[in-house]
Amino acid sequence: MNAPINIAGLLKKTKDVFNFHGGVHLPEHKAQSNQLPIGQLPLPDQLVLPLRQHIGNMPKVKVAVGDHVLKGQLIAEAEGSVSAAIHAPTSGTIAAIADAVLPHPSGLPDRCITITPDGNDTWIERHPQDWRKGDVNTLVNSLRLSGIVGLGGAAFPTQIKLRSNRSPIHTLVINAAECEPYITCDDMLMRERYDQVVHGIEVAQRLLGAKNIMIGIEDNKPEAVKAMQAAVENTDIQVKVVPTVYPSGDARRLVYLVLGKEVPQNKRSTEFGVQVFNVATVLALYRYFEFGEPAISRIVSMTGNVNQAQNFEVLFGTPLRHLVKAAGGAKADTSHYIMGGPMMGFNLPSEDVPITKAANCIIAASSTLFEPPPPAMPCIRCSRCADACPVSLQPQELYWFAKSDNFEKAQDYNLFDCIECGACSYVCPSDIPLVQYYRYAKSEVIALDKAQEAADLARERNEFRLARIEREKQERTAKHAARAQGAKAAKVAGNSDSKPAATDKQAAIAAAIARAKAQKETDSAAPKNTTEMSAATKAEIAETDSRRVAAGLTEEKSPAADNDKQAKIVAAIARAKAQKEDVSKVSVSGDDKTTKPVVDADRQAKIDAAIKQAKVAKAEAGKEKTSGNNDGQLMVDADKQAKIDAAIKRAKAAKSAALTAKNKEDN
Amino acid sequence: MNRSPYITNAPSVSSIMLKVLLALLPGIFVYAWLYGGGILITLVLATATALATEAIMLKLRRRPVQPFLSDYSAVITAWLLALAIPPLAPWWLIVVGVAFAIIIAKQLYGGLGYNPFNPAMVGYAVLLISFPVIMTKWPAALSFAETKLSFMDQFNYIFSHALPANISMDAVTSATPLDYLKTQLKLNQSMDTIQVAPIFGVFGAKGSEFVALAYLAGGAFLWQQRIITWHLPTAFLGAIAAMAGLFWMIDPSQFANPVFHLFSGASIFAAFFILTDPISGPTTPKGKLYFAAGAGVITYLVRVYGGYPDGVAFAVIFMNICVPLIDMYTQPRVFGHKK
Repeated sequence: MNAPINIAGLLKKTKDVFNFHGGVHLPEHKAQSNQLPIGQLPLPDQLVLPLRQHIGNMPKVKVAVGDHVLKGQLIAEAEGSVSAAIHAPTSGTIAAIADAVLPHPSGLPDRCITITPDGNDTWIERHPQDWRKGDVNTLVNSLRLSGIVGLGGAAFPTQIKLRSNRSPIHTLVINAAECEPYITCDDMLMRERYDQVVHGIEVAQRLLGAKNIMIGIEDNKPEAVKAMQAAVENTDIQVKVVPTVYPSGDARRLVYLVLGKEVPQNKRSTEFGVQVFNVATVLALYRYFEFGEPAISRIVSMTGNVNQAQNFEVLFGTPLRHLVKAAGGAKADTSHYIMGGPMMGFNLPSEDVPITKAANCIIAASSTLFEPPPPAMPCIRCSRCADACPVSLQPQELYWFAKSDNFEKAQDYNLFDCIECGACSYVCPSDIPLVQYYRYAKSEVIALDKAQEAADLARERNEFRLARIEREKQERTAKHAARAQGAKAAKVAGNSDSKPAATDKQAAIAAAIARAKAQKETDSAAPKNTTEMSAATKAEIAETDSRRVAAGLTEEKSPAADNDKQAKIVAAIARAKAQKEDVSKVSVSGDDKTTKPVVDADRQAKIDAAIKQAKVAKAEAGKEKTSGNNDGQLMVDADKQAKIDAAIKRAKAAKSAALTAKNKEDN
Repeated sequence: MNRSPYITNAPSVSSIMLKVLLALLPGIFVYAWLYGGGILITLVLATATALATEAIMLKLRRRPVQPFLSDYSAVITAWLLALAIPPLAPWWLIVVGVAFAIIIAKQLYGGLGYNPFNPAMVGYAVLLISFPVIMTKWPAALSFAETKLSFMDQFNYIFSHALPANISMDAVTSATPLDYLKTQLKLNQSMDTIQVAPIFGVFGAKGSEFVALAYLAGGAFLWQQRIITWHLPTAFLGAIAAMAGLFWMIDPSQFANPVFHLFSGASIFAAFFILTDPISGPTTPKGKLYFAAGAGVITYLVRVYGGYPDGVAFAVIFMNICVPLIDMYTQPRVFGHKK
């Protein structure tokens, strides 16, 4: 071994954890709920499963009222890319699919599936998978059916964090810091199920291909640390004991604590090759692959103002009331329940809400346990909040800007880097609810952005509408002209009107088919300003355009929605047009031979023009695409300009093509 | 409803302010012992004026009176101003000063938390400019003075401007060392001859240097209680010492040594009790260093080249103006942002 490596190794060793700025030391209250082993609950009379227990799309219900379901049966499947499935936590009958009150800060009701258990707890047939040897992609894809979400509280679908299209991961950090007071579910999980946790970590390691694995545990959980240290003995998993400083359990803070890497708020740790999983989540992964058990339960700390605080293995959908009863009931002065910890949790609307995938802890609250804050005093700029902020923000400035609705300035001071941990409020001598101000400011900024976006869209659509009206006007004029010409031609040919009408119909069908084809081909690359239009409208616009072009009547000002899709449609319609001409040619050829070459040449010219136009349009679209993708007001204008330019070019090309064709014809 | 965090653990504004008052007590005790009980009368007058004007202003502004009176911030302003003016001054001086500080410098700007300037220093500056003669007449420390005034004599002087028949004002008061230094240096005296004057003590002014030491102890208490951080006092005293050291090294015969500057005038008092006013001061750690260092440099320059014997009040007010700028340019790097 050469010396430099040893020195580097030594340096690494001396800096075992990296302390972040700020943070607060909180009274722990953990001993209250970690004295008893994890308890089991009797089956409740009813399970209410909200469809939205995770971040992302609402899953699609796969059962109907009255259906009998088995334990572990898929009752709602993931919908869209970010979503999670829901499974029946026990066997029973679907009693209802209706709105019920959710454990959510809003307190608003949302869609839930209610199951009446039959008491047999019969499992559906389970399909364990070989996670040690199986194909990684197959394993990851199968997770879409697992219903597993992050169990640390964020409830982000786990499958997405494991998908193969992510950046390569070299380090896996297992979050077992559990920094909020009162919560002990991860603590107890590690004490009792350390072997499964280790297997879970191995599952995640295999799926991610991570080489470096560490598990971060706060030093206030010596039993869990000891259990995990013994469990990882013959593995390459490192147990990192981090100091008890709130919010060490925040993923970005934990990554810094164990690796010294700062992951900014607007980036994911995966961009740095680091992935973070909660300790309970990896255990759920293990159980899914090893035993084929989907996510149907979790460990919940039931603590606070109850007679016997304890951790319980709780089936999702279990009413809170049932859990409270198991913990010896709530004390008389209990005023309400808090889901999560006392720093970032929220009030539950009632005792009837179900336990969901995000519920790591329920605290029975009373006014003696959590004293109502005294009225807020003015900020005295003592900067204790700034000293406590784990993100090194200036909470006193953010407060000032949020209070005065100066959102722009608040964003200058990095409002959106705030993780809402509440450390600032915790240390504020003036008892200012600082976090509430930041939440307010954030929601206002988001709302304003949305309003701006809607306004932009409305403006664009209005411009488009005006253009369309203008075009329709021109089109009418063109029609009149064409009809006049047609009447002339008919006079010359001496033909009746009935036949072309029939062929017209045929041609229209062909055109529609072509349109549909073009539509299908280009559906995925829909431009922003046309996405809101129906396919029919788009085709109509395209058709009008092409008609005008083919007739050589294009005006310079035709601000059509221009891109390659449009071009394809145009080309297709031109083809259809040509076909139509063919038909009409056949119909007229018998009567007058002199018109034939004229029609033929005319047709050729039209096709040439259309093709040229399509080419130009395509080139323009390509140019537009490459000329910059940054959005913003400026780009909108540039976009518009490009469209106009393209339209002009198109018109010119079409005109010259038509002219050439005409010249040819004359010769 | 989401009102987390549900727990807090912070000293209230009142308890912070009370600790500041507590930290002033050793200084007040030594002050009263050296200069007589007259300061206690001034302190009572100042406190009464502050509470009365604060209450009236809160009423006029239709704000709740009780919570704001019991935050003790007005009392701090009163005490700081009372301790800054000469102990033997007519009663109306402190009343005018405190009333101005509370009404104009604090309440008209919006009360607690909204005053851009240190109210006590605004009051001091107004008094110094309006009544320069009274404001620069400091009595020699009584314990060292030949002519002694009893508590009753001081009481009578404060309220009726009358001294015992056999004592003249000149016998009681003298120039402060900073003042004396300035005038003597103008008369082309050298430091060696100036500093043998009886008003000079061991390292600063005779008597007041001990008051300064007591303030230092109070400041240490505030630091230990985490009411203040080390930044402001260290940078302020450091800047004074650096300036004084520089000039002293260039010409020891024309400039007093750094230790003298640290223990003369309001250096220690200001370092721990004036600059540390959070409301009118900067909030970033770096900003605190700039703010206090700037105040230290200005204080020294006013002392040596300015028209007033001490420059703390002007230095603090000037630096108060710079606070928004300082705060803006000294934002700490946010977690994860570029270094």
